[in-house]
Amino acid sequence: MTTEVPQSLIDEVLTAVGSTPDRLLQILVGLQSRLDYLPPALISRLAARLGIARARVEGVAGFYSFLHLAPAGRYRVRFSDNIVDRMLGSEALSEAMCARLGVRPGELSEDGRVMISTTSCTGMGDQGPALLVNDRAIGRLDPQRVSEICDLILHDTPLAAWPPELFAIDDNIRRADALLTSHLAPGSALAAAMALGREGWLAQVQASRLRGRGGAGFTTAVKWLACRDAPGERKVVVCNADEGEPGTFKDRVLLHRHAELVFEGMTLAAWATGAREGFLYLRGEYAWLRPRLEAVLAARRAAGLLGAGILGATGFDFDIAIHLGAGAYVCGEETSLLESLEGKRGTPRIRPPFPVTHGYLGHPTVVNNVETLAKTCLIARDGGAAFAASGTAQSAGTKLLSISGDCARPGVYEYPFGVSIQQVLDDCGAVDVLAVQVGGASGVTIAPYEFHRRIAFEDVPSAGAFMVFDSSRDIFEVARNFVHFFAHESCGFCTPCRVGTALLKGYMDKLADGHGALQDLADIDWLDRLLKNASHCGLGSSAPNPVVDTLLKFRPAYERRIQHADFQPAFDLDGALARAREMTGRDDAGAHLDSGTGVIR
Amino acid sequence: MIEQRKLRVATVSLAGCFGCHMSFLDIDEHLFELLERIEFDRSPLTDIKHCGPCDIGLVEGGVCNAENVHVLREFRANCRTLVALGACAINGGLPAQRNHLDIGACLDEVYRSRPGLARAQVPNDPELPLLLDKVHPIHEVVRVDYFLPGCPPSGEAIWKFLSDLVNGRTPRVTGPLLHFD
Ligand SMILES: Cc1cc2nc3c(=O)[nH]c(=O)nc-3n(C[C@H](O)[C@H](O)[C@H](O)COP(=O)(O)O)c2cc1C
Ligand code: SF4
Ligand code: SF4
Repeated sequence: MTTEVPQSLIDEVLTAVGSTPDRLLQILVGLQSRLDYLPPALISRLAARLGIARARVEGVAGFYSFLHLAPAGRYRVRFSDNIVDRMLGSEALSEAMCARLGVRPGELSEDGRVMISTTSCTGMGDQGPALLVNDRAIGRLDPQRVSEICDLILHDTPLAAWPPELFAIDDNIRRADALLTSHLAPGSALAAAMALGREGWLAQVQASRLRGRGGAGFTTAVKWLACRDAPGERKVVVCNADEGEPGTFKDRVLLHRHAELVFEGMTLAAWATGAREGFLYLRGEYAWLRPRLEAVLAARRAAGLLGAGILGATGFDFDIAIHLGAGAYVCGEETSLLESLEGKRGTPRIRPPFPVTHGYLGHPTVVNNVETLAKTCLIARDGGAAFAASGTAQSAGTKLLSISGDCARPGVYEYPFGVSIQQVLDDCGAVDVLAVQVGGASGVTIAPYEFHRRIAFEDVPSAGAFMVFDSSRDIFEVARNFVHFFAHESCGFCTPCRVGTALLKGYMDKLADGHGALQDLADIDWLDRLLKNASHCGLGSSAPNPVVDTLLKFRPAYERRIQHADFQPAFDLDGALARAREMTGRDDAGAHLDSGTGVIR
Repeated sequence: MIEQRKLRVATVSLAGCFGCHMSFLDIDEHLFELLERIEFDRSPLTDIKHCGPCDIGLVEGGVCNAENVHVLREFRANCRTLVALGACAINGGLPAQRNHLDIGACLDEVYRSRPGLARAQVPNDPELPLLLDKVHPIHEVVRVDYFLPGCPPSGEAIWKFLSDLVNGRTPRVTGPLLHFD
């Protein structure tokens, strides 16, 4: 493999995506997809070309897991490692693929052809096990499909020539309500809002009591007003399509099936705030959606729904650019997302100031979830009061749930807020349920005694994930999978989270490996509190949630793993002397250690 | 009520450099105050060889060999409160820099492959404790109640920590006492 990168290729990418430092991530993503990795010489040349320090370029490239500074193969296969994919057999399939292709997990094959590894949830829980190969997604894996993929790789078939059927992704919409049945003609919601004037439109958004669907549940109208009123002429609208929360995939379906609604919602936000620029921040796992999305944008420009003088209104200029992420869950956090949009490492900012006053490049910025923005189309069409008429007192409208795990009919379900968890379980065909993880890894673990509770901000809030576990599952392993996820995705910026998630993972592994001691439960408690209280951003503060909840509601799953009263090392002390015994030839009593005390029998 | 008697304190240096003990002595005249409240059990200061029942155990240094494990276990079994004193006890510290090397290769390098070694073999006298393959912080081998960081923790930090402990307050060492650079 040559590390000589032709100048023409660099020029091509820079021309396509821009050549200023704030475009750095997009440049690296573009080069990665053409070159398979980013050789050191290229990093140096880019730094010189953009006039920034080499360390900055390398720092950005090193932050994102889909960018590679060393050869990573012409085929980069990543198995989705969410617990739901595992329950569907992803580990055995990945082993089979490694065996067939003669590679070890996470290592480049000797011929430089392929690397097989895992990645955090790829947003395909309804049709797992799933994997990504380069920037394409494949779901519904089974031994046959895996073997077909191996054949294609062994024959060096270019991805573009793989059978399209392999890449077919289902929407799996199982229950449609107001949003998924809306059938709005492109531009109709926008025309309705424009007829109200900017003030009148904002009044309707206020009346709708719409709250954000991305997790925090902030009132959308308040955010829009704050951005509109913030000092500075240049306003920005950002759609958060990072959807990294394990078990969530409803934004994928909205972008696949209803991209019009999402872009129209962004344009409605622009009408309210006076923004002229918009960005869709699309997670790298969904890069395969990009061509379709670009086509929708082009059609909207052609129809006068984007660009200068939208729908003939002088001064209403707004356009949308798509930015790709590159495999970093933390970039879903809005300030980290903004850093990433600016071409930097996705390190969360200190707040305040909030994005509504100091956002993208310091300009007042609205960041909204895909679903939030799509919902605004309904408000424009039906009015705020009609929107507020469904749902509950504090949670107006409907919510899309991404349902996966042990149920007969996984997929996307749209319900008015206030639906009970039991109702959802009945509808998706879940029986003998042990637990439901609502809101993803950072959400809450719900036990059967709580199934009467309702999905709503005032009871069980949810960013959309709904993972079902039946009684054949080990809830400890579920929590351990999530803890591994957080440790992997911690951005490393603050010590409580960087070290705390690694320690928590260590304790969970210690219990799993049969070294569990009572003291570990006390240490886990202490770590949970530390993470919750001392972390810089929401990733660290919600990282202990699955452990806190399962310890509270499923404590026996932990207690069963306690082998020792008091304390037990995580490693085998006698085994740690083996090498020295070998070197000295000793085997006397003093050359051994008993490996622990206080074993519970 | 808890009887008013002198608290028994044991101290030991495992895989450490005695720097933490030197720093302990740096509390200077506070030692007299302290000695009105405590008495020493096993410690380099007393030459008592084995630890009896104690209130407080101060452990300097990490765990690098089998003997360290035995001593540390003796401390844990006898001390109500066990304290990891200094960077080595808490993280392994300097000795743990060998952790990325194979201990067999180290022994070979030192005892067998150096030029000029006559009867080159790794010492195998049963009197000598065997080395663990890695140096461990003490909390990876026994349960530890408190951690006092620093290399070494300053005399003031140790004094603050011990006077809290002796006077029944949860030790709080904060601010400048924890700043090392
Ligand atoms: C670690 C972390 C990850 C997040 N990921 C997402 C995400 O993938 N999508 C999203 O819309 N919001 C995500 N959020 C919430 C955003 O920070 C932000 O609140 C949201 O995009 C605001 O949009 P909304 O008001 O429409 O909900 C995340 C937050 C944190 C702390
Ligand atoms: S909490 Fe975790 S993800 Fe958030 S800033 Fe700190 S290290 Fe990064
Ligand atoms: S912490 Fe520092 S002073 Fe204490 S034993 Fe280790 S090296 Fe010596």
